[in-house]
Formats: sequence, C-alpha cells, structure tokens
Amino acid sequence: MKPMIVLAAAAVLGTGVALAASGDPERARILDGYAAQAKAQLPAFAGFSAERGQALFLGPHAGGKLAETPACASCHTRDPAATGRHYKTGRDIPPMAVSANPKRFTDPAEVEKRFERDCVNVLGRACTAREKGDFITFLSNR
Amino acid sequence: MCPDPTPSPDLKFRLPGRKLAGIAVSALLAVAAGTASAGEFERVGPVTHAATLKECGECHMAFQPGLLPAPSWTRIMDGLQDHFGETASLPADTAAAIRQYLTQAAGSGDGRLIRITEQRWWLRKHDFEPSIWTRKAVGAKSNCEACHRTAAQGSYEDD
Ligand code: HEC
Repeated sequence: MKPMIVLAAAAVLGTGVALAASGDPERARILDGYAAQAKAQLPAFAGFSAERGQALFLGPHAGGKLAETPACASCHTRDPAATGRHYKTGRDIPPMAVSANPKRFTDPAEVEKRFERDCVNVLGRACTAREKGDFITFLSNR
Repeated sequence: MCPDPTPSPDLKFRLPGRKLAGIAVSALLAVAAGTASAGEFERVGPVTHAATLKECGECHMAFQPGLLPAPSWTRIMDGLQDHFGETASLPADTAAAIRQYLTQAAGSGDGRLIRITEQRWWLRKHDFEPSIWTRKAVGAKSNCEACHRTAAQGSYEDD
C-alpha cells in the first residue's frame, strides 16, 4: 500500500525523482549560485565536497571571535540531525541536517545572513562561496 | 525553581540542604514582593512584531521591548556588530524595523545599561546564589524561560 502511494505521488508530481536527487529546488538554486561564485573566485574549482563541509562543521577552528565556539558544531551540535543548543543562551536550534529538517537552506536571505554572522564568529572571517557550498552539501547528505 | 518551592526535577538545587536554601530564597522573594514595587515587571506586553520575534528569537528569547528603556534599545541596535561579544548583524531594513518597534514600545530603566540583567529592578528580584546561573538547565541569566516558563508571552510569574 505505502509504496504504491509514494509511486503514485511521484508520478503525479512528475519532478519527484529529480527533486529527490537534487533536493529542494530553492536549495538547488542557492547551491548553483555559490558554485558560480566559487568558479569565478577559484579557476580550479571542481565542485563542492561533503568531506570539506564536514571538516568546516566539526572544526575546531582558531581565530574566531569567541573562545567558546571553535566550531559550527558548538551550537549546531556534532550530530547535525540532532537539535542544537545555543552555546550561551541554551536556546534550541532545529537540526541542520536536511534529512531531519527539510526546510534547511531554502531561504537565500536567511542563509546568507547566518553565514555572514556565524562564519565571522567561528572563523574570524567570512566564509568563501566554496565553503558555503561545501557546508550545505555536507548537510544535504545528512 | 530556580528559586521555586516546587521545582521541576532538573532545576532543583543539588547542594546538600537544598530544601533549606530553596525555602530561604522563597521567603526572601515573598518579602521583596510584599514590599517595594510588587509585580512591577511581572507582566510586560508581549512581542507583537514578527521580525523582532524571528531575528532576536533565533539565538535567545525575544525580550519584550518593555524590559529596557528606549536609549538602551538604541545602543543595542547601534552595536549589533559586537552584540555582547558576537556579531549579530542584520540587513539594514530589518534592523531599522526592529529598532523602531523596540524603541516605541520601550519601558523605563537606566538607559546607560544595555543588559536587562543589570537593571536595578532585575537585580532586586534576582538576588540569588550565583551558582544558580551556571546550572546546566539555566546556563545564563538571559535564559528567562529556564525559570519563568511563560516568559516568552511576557508573563514572568514564578511558575
Ligand atoms: C553561536 C551559535 C552558533 C554557531 C557557533 C553557529 N551557528 Fe549557525 N545558526 C545559529 C542559529 C541560532 C541559527 C538560526 C536558527 C536556525 O536556523 O535554526 C543558525 C543558522 C544557520 C544557518 C541558516 C540555515 C538555514 O536553513 O537558513 C546557516 C547557513 C548556519 N547557521 C551556518 C553556520 C556555520 C557555517 C557555522 C560555523 C562556521 C555556524 N553556523 C555556527 C547559531 C550558530
């Protein structure tokens, strides 16, 4: 029964299979934008890497504004499918993994706002377009 | 609670003799509430501005505008690049809308202080053992909801 419903839904949607592969269309657009920027900045750019994204996520990094947050994982937790916790205020942060939170990385303004802030706080500098794409790629596979 | 006579298990004092400590603090609170400016800030108007709720609420409870006077909110909004040590920058139009909301609905207090937790009324009501603030379930003085369960609605009863 269940597989039938899924198949029927995919057939009705038509794009269902493509979407399942590339994820949400808005997220795909955000990634395409970062890929174009990365290519412009780095002639050798050959695509995003989930491994590099994981290393960025887990850290630890030096040079950030706060000793308490040497990694993205300091707030987003080491398990990206788990609910995070703001290191200082204790506020819950919904999971970063797309599998656990399908709305992730679908609002370009929100994504840019948070990169701008969180990268500076953790790394002491802005993230590059490649780092942003790596980060989203890592979490889209989670 | 935090200093509550009927704490939820994770917020109980873990010190030996914690019951006594809890009762002592409750008694002090009762005295304080019975005198001076009882309930001055037990209810504040809830946050009714969507951008304020969203943007402030990503990292901490969106504090009600009535918790600080307008000059304090102005300083906070002027200093988002270094918001208590962190960058909390916002797009200019969003920041302007939030500034407008917070300052027009602001409360009273010392406009030189940007921390709610340094305002006189706050200190008067939170004269507890310092170890309370570092307990895991509390974590920081800014975590109102650890003890005031309905703080996000602007209701600061000692639940
Ligand atoms: C101080 C705590 C903290 C740290 C450290 C942190 N973040 Fe965040 N991050 C947040 C909060 C809070 C949100 C907003 C709430 C949400 O989106 O669930 C957020 C959201 C995001 C978003 C938006 C996601 C979306 O779906 O719109 C991105 C992107 C992001 N963070 C990237 C990073 C990166 C990259 C790092 C490490 C360089 C990092 N964060 C470190 C607290 C943090």
